Amino acid sequence: MVYDVIVSGKPHRLELEKVDGVWQCRLEGKEVHFDAVLTGRDVLSLLVDGRSYEVKREQTATDLHLWVGGTRFPVELRDPRSLRARQSSALDEKGPRKILAPMPGRIVRLLAAEQSEVEAGQGIVVVEAMKMQNEIKSPKKGIIKRITATAGAAVNAGDVLAVVE
Amino acid sequence: MFKKILVANRGEIAVRVMRACREMCISTVAVYSDVDRAALHVRKADEAYPIGPAPAAESYLRMDKILEVAHRSGAQAIHPGYGFLSENAKFARACADAGIKFIGPTAESMEMMGSKTRARQQMEKAGIPFVPGTARGLASAEEAEQVAERVGYPIMLKAAAGGGGKGMRLVHARQELRSALESAQSEAQRSFGDSEVYIEKAIVNPRHIEMQILADELGNTVWLGERECSIQRRHQKVLEEAPSPIVNPDMRRRMGETAVKVAQAAGYTNAGTVEFLVDQQKNFYFLEMNTRLQVEHPVTELTTGLDLVHLQIRIASGEQLPFAQSDIGIRGHAIECRIYAEDPDNNYFPSPGKITLLLPPAGPGVRHDSGTYEGWTVPIDYDPLLAKVIGYGTDRRQATMRLYRALSEYFVAGIKTNISLFQRILRDPDFRAAKLDTGFLDRLLAKGDAEVAARAPEPGIAAIAAGMFAVLDPASSPTRNGNAAAPAPSNWKQKGRAEALR
Repeated sequence: MVYDVIVSGKPHRLELEKVDGVWQCRLEGKEVHFDAVLTGRDVLSLLVDGRSYEVKREQTATDLHLWVGGTRFPVELRDPRSLRARQSSALDEKGPRKILAPMPGRIVRLLAAEQSEVEAGQGIVVVEAMKMQNEIKSPKKGIIKRITATAGAAVNAGDVLAVVE
Repeated sequence: MFKKILVANRGEIAVRVMRACREMCISTVAVYSDVDRAALHVRKADEAYPIGPAPAAESYLRMDKILEVAHRSGAQAIHPGYGFLSENAKFARACADAGIKFIGPTAESMEMMGSKTRARQQMEKAGIPFVPGTARGLASAEEAEQVAERVGYPIMLKAAAGGGGKGMRLVHARQELRSALESAQSEAQRSFGDSEVYIEKAIVNPRHIEMQILADELGNTVWLGERECSIQRRHQKVLEEAPSPIVNPDMRRRMGETAVKVAQAAGYTNAGTVEFLVDQQKNFYFLEMNTRLQVEHPVTELTTGLDLVHLQIRIASGEQLPFAQSDIGIRGHAIECRIYAEDPDNNYFPSPGKITLLLPPAGPGVRHDSGTYEGWTVPIDYDPLLAKVIGYGTDRRQATMRLYRALSEYFVAGIKTNISLFQRILRDPDFRAAKLDTGFLDRLLAKGDAEVAARAPEPGIAAIAAGMFAVLDPASSPTRNGNAAAPAPSNWKQKGRAEALR
C-alpha cells in the first residue's frame, strides 16, 4: 500500500508491505523498522526502533486526529491512486467550502446573508451549546452561496451550516 | 438509618453519592431528564425515574416531580448533590413539609447564608473578620461614593444575591464608580432578579482559601482543614488542593475556629464550607458560606481519611459526629482538577458530543470520580463537568507528580477536554513553587506554552500510525477520496499499479 499521509499540513509518502507475515515500512523512501498491534478499536501500540508509542485515533465528523502520547496531530490519509485526492488540495482553496457545525447545539442567529461577501475568519453563524455561544467562522474569503442553518434550529456535529465559494 | 435515598442530581456527583449509599447498604433512586436516560447515574442506581425534558428548569429543578418520585419510590431522604436544588431553601422546606429528610442544612440556615448582605450582618454580630465595606445594599450612588472613599480604592462592587462572578465590578477610581454601579446593578437584576449591590475593599492578588466544616444536629461542629482554591478562571474554580501551601497549623486552627463560629451563628447543620479571602499578609476575611457539599470535597477526604458523604448521611439520620475536633489530623497532600468538556484551542468553549474513546487514569494515589463512559454522548444542556481527577501523595511534590502522571494516562476522544490545561498548570514553575493567587491562571494563559512544542514527537510516527490503522482496521479508516481503504491487499502487484500511476 502506498499512502500520502498529510500530518499537520505536511505530506509524508508512506509505503507499507506485508512480507512473510511481517509489516515493512518505508517513510519518504527510507526503511523504518517497526511493529504495530491494534490494542483497541482506536488504540495502536507502535514500536519503532525499540521506542514504544501509544497512538490514539480520534475521528470526528469533519476530521481525523492521531495522538502520539500527549501530542495531537491532524492527519489526512490520501490514496495517491485517486485522481481526486491528488487534486483536492487545489480544490480546497478554489472550490466551494462547506461550513460544518463543530459540535451539537442550537443556532442562535445568523451573522451573514446569502450572496453576501465574507472575509476569511468572519463569523457566519452563532451556535449555542452548554449555555455558551460560539461564532462559526468562514474558512475563506468569498461569497456565501447558501445558508442551510435557521435560527432556533438544533444541529448535530458535522451538519452543513453554510457554503462559501 | 435510611433504607432508601433519592439523589436529586446527575453526572459525577450523583454517581459519587450513590457509591456512598451502596457502601452503607442504602438503596438508591435516580431521577433523570429525557437526554439522560443513558447517563451513568441511571445505570448505577437501584431505581430510576424520568422527571421531564432536557432543560433543567423542566426536570432537575422541578421540586414537585422530584418529591413525587420520592413518594412513589418510598425514599426517606434526598441528597441534592451540588448545583441544581442543593442551595434552594424552598426545596429544603418542601422536603421537610413532605416528611422527607433533606440531606443538608435547614432552610433557615440556607436563607441566612444565601443573601451575602444578610450573612454579613449576622456574621458581623458574631465577630467574624470581614473585608472592609458595607454589610447592606447601597441605597444610592452618593452612598456608594462615600463608602468607597472610606474603605479606599480599589473597591469591588458585588451583587447581594450573586455568585459565579455575575454582577461583580472592580473599580479603581471615583470617576469609574457611577457607571460601574449601574452596570453591576442591571447585571444583578438580569441574573438574579435582584439588583441589590454592595461594596467591598478590593484585595489585590488575593488567595481563595476555604474551610470545610461538619455539624451534627446535636450541636457539635468541627472543622476538617482548608482547601486552597486560588486557581480560577472567570471566578470559577479550576484546580483545588489541600492543605494550602501557605497555611501553617496555627493559621489553620484560627481559620477553623472562625469557620465553626460562622456555622454556629447560622445554626448550621451537615457539611458546609466557609470561604475566605486571604491577603498577602495572610490576613483572612470571611467571604461567604456554601451550604452544600463542594465539588472539591475529595481533597479533604483524602487528607483527613474521612468520607464526607457517609458523614452527611449519618448526620442527616440524626447520628452524633463519631469524632471530636482533637481526633482530626491532616496527612499528606491532595490536588484535584476538574475535567470539563471544553476546547482549550477555542477559548475553552464547551464541547459536548459522543465520547468515542476513554482511557481513564489509574495507579497509586489517583482517584477518578467520573460521570461518563465510553460511547456516552455528553448532552448540550448541562454544566460541562465530566469528571474529577485527584492526585494524593505524601507531600505536595509527590501529589503534583502523581496527578501529572495520571493526566498523561488519561485520554478522551470524540469531545475536547481541558486535560492539557492541567498539564500546563502542574508543570508551571510558579505552581511548583506554590506562588498562587486568583490571577495565576490568567497570567499562565497569557504566557503561551513553549515547552510542549519542544517535546513533541516526530510527525513521522503519526504518519506510520495512520497507515497502520488503515491496513489493520480498514473498515473505519476512510481515505481522503471518500472510500474505505482497500482491504489490505498489499501485494507487489498492487504496488506496481500504484507506482505506475505516479
